[in-house]
Amino acid sequence: MRDSVSILIGGKAGQGIASIETLLTKGFKRSGFYTFSTKEFMSRVRGGSNTTLIRISDKPVNAPDFKVDIFVPLDANAFFHAQERIDKETFVLAKKGDFECDCIRYDYDLESLAKELGNPIVSNTIAAALVFGLLGCDGEVLKEIVGELYRDELLEVNLKALEIGVDLARENGNCRYCITPNPSMKEKNDLFLSGTEGVGFGAIAAGCNFISSYPMSPSTGVLTFLAKQSRNFGVCVEQAEDEIAAFQMGLGVWYSGGRAITTTSGGGFSLMGEGMSLSGITETPMVVYLAQRPGPATGLPTRTEQGDLELAIYIGHGEFPRIVLAPGDPKECFDLAREAFELADAYQIPVILMSDQYLADSYFHVDRFELEEKQPIAHVVKTDSEYKRYLLTEEGISPRGIPGYGEGLVLVDSDEHTQEGLITESMSVRNEQNGKRLSKRILIEKEAILPEVEGTGEIAVIGWGSTKHIIKEAVERIADERLTSIHFSWVYPLSESQLAPLQKAKQIIVVENNATGQFAKLLRLHGISVQHQILKSDGLSFFVDELVGKLSVLIKEIR
Amino acid sequence: MSTRFDRIVEDNAWCPGCGNFSILSQLKEALDEMGLDPLQSVVVSGIGQAAKTPQYMHIHMFNGLHGRALPVAQGVKVSNPSLTVIAEGGDGDMYGEGGNHFISAIRRNAGIINIVHNNMVYGLTKGQASPTSQRGFKTPVQTQGVHVEPFNPIATAISLDASLVIRTFSGNKEHCKEMLKIAIAHKGYVLIDIFQPCVTFNKTNTFKWFKENVYVLQNDYNPEDKVKAFEKSLESHPFAIGVLYKSPQKAVLEDALRDESQSGDIPLYSHVVDYKRLNEEMDKYI
Repeated sequence: MRDSVSILIGGKAGQGIASIETLLTKGFKRSGFYTFSTKEFMSRVRGGSNTTLIRISDKPVNAPDFKVDIFVPLDANAFFHAQERIDKETFVLAKKGDFECDCIRYDYDLESLAKELGNPIVSNTIAAALVFGLLGCDGEVLKEIVGELYRDELLEVNLKALEIGVDLARENGNCRYCITPNPSMKEKNDLFLSGTEGVGFGAIAAGCNFISSYPMSPSTGVLTFLAKQSRNFGVCVEQAEDEIAAFQMGLGVWYSGGRAITTTSGGGFSLMGEGMSLSGITETPMVVYLAQRPGPATGLPTRTEQGDLELAIYIGHGEFPRIVLAPGDPKECFDLAREAFELADAYQIPVILMSDQYLADSYFHVDRFELEEKQPIAHVVKTDSEYKRYLLTEEGISPRGIPGYGEGLVLVDSDEHTQEGLITESMSVRNEQNGKRLSKRILIEKEAILPEVEGTGEIAVIGWGSTKHIIKEAVERIADERLTSIHFSWVYPLSESQLAPLQKAKQIIVVENNATGQFAKLLRLHGISVQHQILKSDGLSFFVDELVGKLSVLIKEIR
Repeated sequence: MSTRFDRIVEDNAWCPGCGNFSILSQLKEALDEMGLDPLQSVVVSGIGQAAKTPQYMHIHMFNGLHGRALPVAQGVKVSNPSLTVIAEGGDGDMYGEGGNHFISAIRRNAGIINIVHNNMVYGLTKGQASPTSQRGFKTPVQTQGVHVEPFNPIATAISLDASLVIRTFSGNKEHCKEMLKIAIAHKGYVLIDIFQPCVTFNKTNTFKWFKENVYVLQNDYNPEDKVKAFEKSLESHPFAIGVLYKSPQKAVLEDALRDESQSGDIPLYSHVVDYKRLNEEMDKYI
């Protein structure tokens, strides 16, 4: 018995990988497994070769392995695309003659079976039922799901396909890959959420009521999510002509009291640089969801990377405070999306919520958490006739009024400005206003979220953002007492309190999904010595088994 | 004449004799005479000499970036549709740097009064060609004269079926004010392109030149005839001033987004999160 099973499904875009994924993930979850899924795909609408990985276990599982136990290539290309991920133990379900492999072959022509039923596409349902059966799961659960997904003729043919798959599994000895699910889990109302959905729900909980974006993978999911929920929660949605306008519309909304977000990836974010700067000097809040993909320029549009941290930290001319958050799973996506709006509003600054293709498109088992039903804090003040938008105050924050609410005028200016908000070239006023803006950093640092530390070893394995659970599981699997895993979800600005756990470490290993170690560079700026780095920038996320290998080699050298 | 939109200005950055002074006066008077409340009116501007206009007014101001007044203004209007929203700037600001936003703002048809001071030259950067500079116009950059076709904002706006398209001339004060009033009264996007001399950097298109090259449209002109309006927009030397085009009534952005999101007409700052509904929606992801 293993403690987790990885199932890989590969095929062309448009071949129905998504339908198998839906059937299996819903089925496994309902059968009591902890379920995780992630996908990698090519930048094309049809054809190519894509895969979805589903990993299940009887204990929480939140990260992918590279090597898989079951592989369902829907065509020969899919096999060649992913053949490095199988070994002698892998059970491969494929049509005879498609390819040869040193693996456990199950030769069956599912397509012909499906054709006999009158619809070749239901070969996917047969495959799903077969995999389900091989894992010892009750086919009745799938039946229930098929019943929810299809109607009329499609329902009928899918139910027949299901029967065939269940029978094939029985013939092959059910439970070939059985693991024991925890039966108590069936009673729980856990969520199955992607990073995208986590961000979307978090934004709604934060009172987001406007989104303006220019579509760009892998950020578009949040735009479509909020568009889908628009009517339920009063979210105004406008597709902008470009990312420049997307950001500027958001500023217009915040200026007049709304709560806006814009979603983009690195290329689009580059265009938002001037907007960031404008948010900075006008002290107009703004929230940007930055879902990274590999650059430079168009790079690998559908792949993943953590290559834009420095962009997020430095983008925009001039000097002004900002916050960069990097959640590590859908629950953190929810919490930090909510926090992003609160921080932006409280400190009148731009807040960047960073994700990437891996996190955005991966589904995680999330404990059904209690939703704190607290309306967003009202930071906007009702103005009086003497109101000054940029009033110098003791605490360093000028109360933010909005037009049409109160008796005062709200003047905001991209030029350096007086307390009233009018253009000035007075050096003393410049120093006062610039100082006021920059001093917000001191207040912001007090809000910093401390990194999550697991273990007490003297070798710290550090990550940020989407690598959270990959690093965590790799360190757990290595089970070396010398190791501690540390995850940062608040990556900028870094404060002394956040860095304290790092001061204790004798050796520091930073793991990043990029080529130059951008977070390590940031740590070094704060005087932290980073001795080792594990970097990856081929367009894929890390895998737990891969990272275990790399870490193990490295820690052997550390004595 | 004093208005409720006057501000005491100690230091105005405009050159003596600049057409901006006249536009500023006409705008303040038009707003005042239309009974608008400074507390319910916003001017969003970009960068340039024209974009400084709200600095000299008693009105809410968002003085943003070069070219970006229109997207900000649309955000403001959607966020709080009860506000009167003006997007103001020069020809370089609106038609050059902000050209894409100009096209999109017309298509979206948010209720915005888009005032463009058109002096056919760049003032703040000291005398280079603007999108509306005429062919042959010599500048320190275009040393042999402008060699590109001038941008025709009126024809562009009509081709995109702008809700209301107006041209006027800062030197004809009565006309300018009357046109501003028509613009203010309109529901939907209005382009009001205002010819204006730049006394410092444009020695070709002077006050005299404009005076000789514009004429007021006759009463029998029908701005609702789109084809005729387009023909009119292509005419030059002289240029027609007045209401050049009026589109039949059509939906405005702020209403469309409010309908789509069922958020009524409350300003977005009054938004309340429906947590019960949120819990229900999240339960669908079990």
